[in-house]
Amino acid sequence: MRRLPPILLLLLLMLTALGLSMVVGSVFIPFADLWQVLIYGLTRRPFPEALQTAAVIVFAIRAPRTALTALTGAALGGSGAAYQGLFRNPLADPYLIGVASGAGLGAVLAMSIHWPYTFWGLMAVPALAFLSALLTVTLVCLLARVGKTFPTTTLILAGVAVSSFASALTSFLMLRSTGELRRAIGWLMGGSAQAGWQPVLTVLPYLAVGLTLLLISGHALNLLQFGDEQAQQMGLAVTRARLVILGAASLVTAAAVAFSGVIGFVGLIVPHLLRLWIGADYRRLLPLAVIGGATVLLLADVLARWLMAPQELPVGIVTALLGAPFFLWVLRRARHQGYW
Amino acid sequence: MLRIENLSVQYGSRLALDNVSLEVQAGEMAALIGPNGAGKSTLIRAVSGVVPARSGSARTNGIDLLTLSPTARARWLAVVPQAASLPPAFTVWETVLLGRTPYLNFLGQISPHDEEIARRALVRVDALSLRERRVGELSGGEQQRVLLARALAQATPILLLDEPTSHLDLHYQVSFMETVRALAREEHLAILVALHDLNLAARYADRLILLRAGKVQAMGKPAQVLRPDLLSETYRWPVQVFPHPQAETLLVWPGARRG
Repeated sequence: MRRLPPILLLLLLMLTALGLSMVVGSVFIPFADLWQVLIYGLTRRPFPEALQTAAVIVFAIRAPRTALTALTGAALGGSGAAYQGLFRNPLADPYLIGVASGAGLGAVLAMSIHWPYTFWGLMAVPALAFLSALLTVTLVCLLARVGKTFPTTTLILAGVAVSSFASALTSFLMLRSTGELRRAIGWLMGGSAQAGWQPVLTVLPYLAVGLTLLLISGHALNLLQFGDEQAQQMGLAVTRARLVILGAASLVTAAAVAFSGVIGFVGLIVPHLLRLWIGADYRRLLPLAVIGGATVLLLADVLARWLMAPQELPVGIVTALLGAPFFLWVLRRARHQGYW
Repeated sequence: MLRIENLSVQYGSRLALDNVSLEVQAGEMAALIGPNGAGKSTLIRAVSGVVPARSGSARTNGIDLLTLSPTARARWLAVVPQAASLPPAFTVWETVLLGRTPYLNFLGQISPHDEEIARRALVRVDALSLRERRVGELSGGEQQRVLLARALAQATPILLLDEPTSHLDLHYQVSFMETVRALAREEHLAILVALHDLNLAARYADRLILLRAGKVQAMGKPAQVLRPDLLSETYRWPVQVFPHPQAETLLVWPGARRG
C-alpha cells in the first residue's frame, strides 16, 4: 500500500480536530448527536425536540468559534512559514518577531476609538492592526538586519524589544479605556472573546486575499532561500516578491490577531515540524502549514476548554505552555546546525 | 556573444568599475583576473543586474541586458556563484529545477520538458547520481557542480562564473574547469569566469582580462597578459612566468620579495 500523501493525512487530522472542537465544551455533545444536528441543519428540516439544545449550541456557539479558531490557526501557520522563509530563519514567527504584538496594538487602538459592534467598527480593527503590523515588521527588519542577513540573535532581540514596546502601549491604552477591560484582556491572551458569525465573516476577506497571495508565493520563497542575489540572477523580481510576501503575511497575522488576540508559537511549531517531515520546498510547505496551523490551534482550543472545564482558558495560554518548550528545543537544534 | 561597453559602477564615491569594455565570443571561455577588489565580482554582479550600473551597456543579439527585467535577463544569462551557505535542506533535484524559473508561470509549475532539461544539465556536469541528496550533505566540489547544473538548466547562451574554484581541492578545481571549457566548446556558450588562480586561468581560458582598480589593465591571449612586469606591477609582488616544460601552458610563480 502506498503511504498516504501528507496533505490528505493532514486534512484528515484537521477534520478530526474540527469534530472534536464541535463536541467538547461546557456541554458535551456526543458525536452521534452532532451528526444528527448537522444533517437536520444542512437539509433545513426542523430539529426534533431532543436535539434542540444541541442544535443551538452547535450552530450559534460551537460552529462560529470553531470556524474562527480554524481560520486563525490557518493564518498563523501560513504566515509563520512565510516569515521563516523571508528571514531565512527557522525561528521567525509572527509572535516572536513582534508582528503579532504590533498588530494587537493597532487592534486595541481601533477598539479604544470604537468598540467593534457595527460592521465598520469590525472592519476598522483589522485595518489598523494591519497597518500597525506592517510598521512593526518594517521596524524589526531595520533593527535586526546585519548586512544582508537576519541572524537569530538580532531577529529575536529586535522582536522582543519591539514587542515589549507595543505591549506596553497596548496595556496603557487598555488601562485608559473604560469598561470591557476584562474582555479585552481575555482577547489579548488569545481567547475567542468574540462570539457569533460576524467576526468569522469579517475576517474571511482579509484571509482570502492574504492566504491566496502566500499560497502562490511558494516558488518565490524557494528562490529567496538562496539569497536575494542568486534569486534575482535566476529571474525573480526580488524586491517586489519580498514586498508581496511581507504584506500578505502581515495581513493574515493582523486579521488573526484582530479577531482572536495574540496567540504565540503556532506559526513557529507548525512550519518547523512540517519541514522536518516533508522537506524545504515552500510550494508544498505553505499549504500544509495553513492546514496544520488550523489543526494545531483547534486542538489547543479544545484543550483550553477541557483542561479546567467548565472554566475556559484563553487558548494563547495553552499554545504558550506547549510552544515555549518547543521553542527552546528548536533553539538548541538551530545552534547545532549553525543557524546562530 | 556578450559585448560589454563602457561599463561603470559606483559604490558611494568610489568607482568600482571604470569604463570597462570587453567581449566574449560564443564558444569561448574568457577569464577575469586581477587582485582582490579589482572589480571582478562587481562586473559579474553589474552585468547580472544585482548592482546598478552608472553607465554603459552589456549587449547580446542587439539587446542591452542591463535594461531587461530579471526574468527576461535570466533567459540570456546565468550566473554560477561560489558554493557558500546554500540552503541545506533542498535536494539537488529541487535546486537544479529552480534554474527553470525564467520559463515558469507564477506558480512555478514544472513541466516534463523542464524536468528533461534539468536532468540533462545534471548529466552534463556528471552529477545525476546526486539527484536525491540534500545539498547540505554534499562536498564543496559537488555543490559547485550542482550550481553549474542549475545555471545550465537556465538554458542561456551566456554563462558567468564568480570564482567557482576558490574553495575546491586540486581534483575538483581541475575537473570543474575541464567541464566548463567543454561547455564552451560543445554547447557553444559564451563563458566569462572570474578566477583568482592564475595558473588555472592560464591553462583553461582562451583569453584573459586583467582588471586593476576597476580598469582593464590588459586583455588578450594568456601569453599576452601573463607578462612578469605587468603582473608584478598589478599584484604589487615580484612574479615570474615560465613556459611549462611539457604542456602548452604558462606557469605563474610568485617570487620572494627583494629588498
